[in-house]
Amino acid sequence: MAGDRSCDQTPAIIALESVAKTYDDGQCTVLENVTLSVPARQFLAIVGPSGSGKTTLLRLINRLTEPSSGTVRVDGKDVRDVDPIALRRQIGYVFQGVGLFPHMTVAENIAITPRLLGYDRQRLAARVDELIELVRLDRASYRDRFPHQLSGGERQRIGVARAIAANPHIVLMDEPFGALDPLTREGLSDDYRRLHDTLGLTTVMITHDMVEAVLLADRIAVLRDGRLVAQGTPPSLLAEENDPFVKTLMQTPQRYAERLSALMAGR
Amino acid sequence: MSFQLDDRIEEAFARLPDYLGGHILVSMTALALGLLISVPLALLAMRRPALRQVLLGLASVVQTIPGLALLALFYPLLLAISALTEQVFGFAFSALGFLPSVLALALYSMLPVLRNTITGLSGIDPAITEAASGVGMTRRQSLVEVELPLALPVIMAGIRTSAVWVIGTATLSTPIGQTSLGNYIFAGLQTQNWVFVLFGCVAAAVLALTVDQLLSQMEIGVSTRRRSRIVLGAAGLVLIGAGALVPALQARAATYTVGAKTFSEQYILAALLQQRLDANGLRADRRDGLGSSVIFNALAANEIDAYVDYSGTIWANQMNRTDVKSPAEVLREVTKWLREQHGVTVLGGLGFENAYALAMPRERAQALGIRTIADLARHAGTMSIAGDYEFFSRPEWKALQAAYRLDFSNERQMQAEFMYPAAAAGDVDVIAAFTSDGRLAQYDMVTLEDPEQALPPYDAIVLVAPQQANNKALLDALRPLIGAINVQLMRDANRRTIGGGEDASPESVARWLWKEIVRRKRAGS
Repeated sequence: MAGDRSCDQTPAIIALESVAKTYDDGQCTVLENVTLSVPARQFLAIVGPSGSGKTTLLRLINRLTEPSSGTVRVDGKDVRDVDPIALRRQIGYVFQGVGLFPHMTVAENIAITPRLLGYDRQRLAARVDELIELVRLDRASYRDRFPHQLSGGERQRIGVARAIAANPHIVLMDEPFGALDPLTREGLSDDYRRLHDTLGLTTVMITHDMVEAVLLADRIAVLRDGRLVAQGTPPSLLAEENDPFVKTLMQTPQRYAERLSALMAGR
Repeated sequence: MSFQLDDRIEEAFARLPDYLGGHILVSMTALALGLLISVPLALLAMRRPALRQVLLGLASVVQTIPGLALLALFYPLLLAISALTEQVFGFAFSALGFLPSVLALALYSMLPVLRNTITGLSGIDPAITEAASGVGMTRRQSLVEVELPLALPVIMAGIRTSAVWVIGTATLSTPIGQTSLGNYIFAGLQTQNWVFVLFGCVAAAVLALTVDQLLSQMEIGVSTRRRSRIVLGAAGLVLIGAGALVPALQARAATYTVGAKTFSEQYILAALLQQRLDANGLRADRRDGLGSSVIFNALAANEIDAYVDYSGTIWANQMNRTDVKSPAEVLREVTKWLREQHGVTVLGGLGFENAYALAMPRERAQALGIRTIADLARHAGTMSIAGDYEFFSRPEWKALQAAYRLDFSNERQMQAEFMYPAAAAGDVDVIAAFTSDGRLAQYDMVTLEDPEQALPPYDAIVLVAPQQANNKALLDALRPLIGAINVQLMRDANRRTIGGGEDASPESVARWLWKEIVRRKRAGS
């Protein structure tokens, strides 16, 4: 019955229902009974230590990985019923590291997904120019450069441009700003948050930087050893969570801030 | 031309279009075929580790087979297949020359391409292929648009290696009847025309380096996106390919083909046969440097129309006879057997014998008191013997060993031309010489008597292919040669080719030989 889901304010764009992922015939468990939903236009940060299953969770959403059990829904549809190629073309993906193709120019990298979707040449060129400006680079001087001719920050801007090139409403990001210097990182993450809002995106971002998670995300999900141990808005997690691990994690930004201001004051 | 070229260089240049054309045609076709097979195979093997192991293993094994042997193996194989298709489908194809060369060389070209394609593709950062899937590429799009372009430098390195190999190895296609730059090398080696040998080597090297450079230009063009480089490389390759077709297009349509084995007497006699046919208005071509059993099978299969063989060779190698009879009896039985078993016509003997005979320097033989092979047998235990490539595996050698209980301390195989100087210098004691060889006199060597008659007679005989058995014009054109060349005349002719130089080419020696034949006939009649 339709009324069953009436308690949700907005329908979930992405929903994981009791999802588990194991390897080697169940010998090795990566994710265990994860249930998580992301409503439209939400910015969700997934945090957790290395090896906690964050990347696997992200890969389940666009079917780069299949769950061992449970169901993954995107736009209400079980992803197993959707052609994975078509699904991936509808979902933007910003890769850890960079993931730009080294033999393609900036313009060609950005144009990939729209080209695969059959945009004509003119529309492609216009879209590429639009996107380069959207990520605040100069289109004339960047179009024909190769990735190795860009700085780390520029490359990641192009990575973002490529992810949103085909107007997806979902963007998945795997530690997108991890390898950047702090200044570049701040500028870029703020720029992305703005894009998220203006374009009405639903974003799932992996990060191990709690400051970034608190500053950017509407909601945070905490993974540990393949289990979802907590989820909620930053203030609610900080206030209500009793799990010591989550508490320590959530308090990290604040702890840093206190130590910093103490240090600064001591001078 | 205002400057004087050495005659041999001039002659080498005159043959260049023909030899180079044949060489390019066979190596380019082989390379293209090799690529067409090995690249898809490598792609197929990418996701099947078991297949990959097997493929790389097989390709490596092929690589360990010497090029000459690989080429030689394809000839009998194709001959058998051709015979089969004739029986089953009613058509046969030429198992000589182009086809076996292309197949063997294509097989030879596969390893570097296979290995480098597999290495290149598996060396790609998994993050990149992951990204290709992530942006929504299909497996095929990922391969074509991302993986292959990224692996291109490694793949091209493999292609370039295999191009150089194939062009080098293609010189070995001469003995199975494919015209190539190897014709210079084989003919030069036989007639001690070192200019020819060097010319063939240099020409093959220049071709290999040129193709390698053109491929490299294309590779640079692709990876740096300079269309001019790609066009330059491709145009160069197309030009070379087109150049190869020119001699084929303007070649006179020869109706007949004369074959020659791999030694100078054969080159002279083939040239003589060709000149006789041409003089009688029968356009003839030559296939020089064919292996001993290749040439017989080629004649029996009508791939060539005529050549000169030796009765003892047919007796021992084709009829597998080990007994020895008188020259007349051997010739009669050979003639009968050839007609009945293969439809081959023995037009007749040329009038001389080119038999194997054991020979040693006269001085040494006299000092040791050796006149016969029986005398030699007493000293054999401390002596070494040299023979050509086939001698020690021929039945006559076994018969000789059995008859005289010959047991040498060392058996060495070498190019026939090198045996005589080796014996003269004392590097070997005895050689398996040819009785019609001009070098016996040149190096003052004696042939040892064969009282047990263990060695069969080797009358030079003109053989004609089955399909020409009733070709009166052809038979009449060659008939004046029958009984016209005695052993002294053939020795003189053979001596004239030694060392190259003016008038030493098989063609000019053949012309000289014909003049002598005519002069002697006039004097006799």
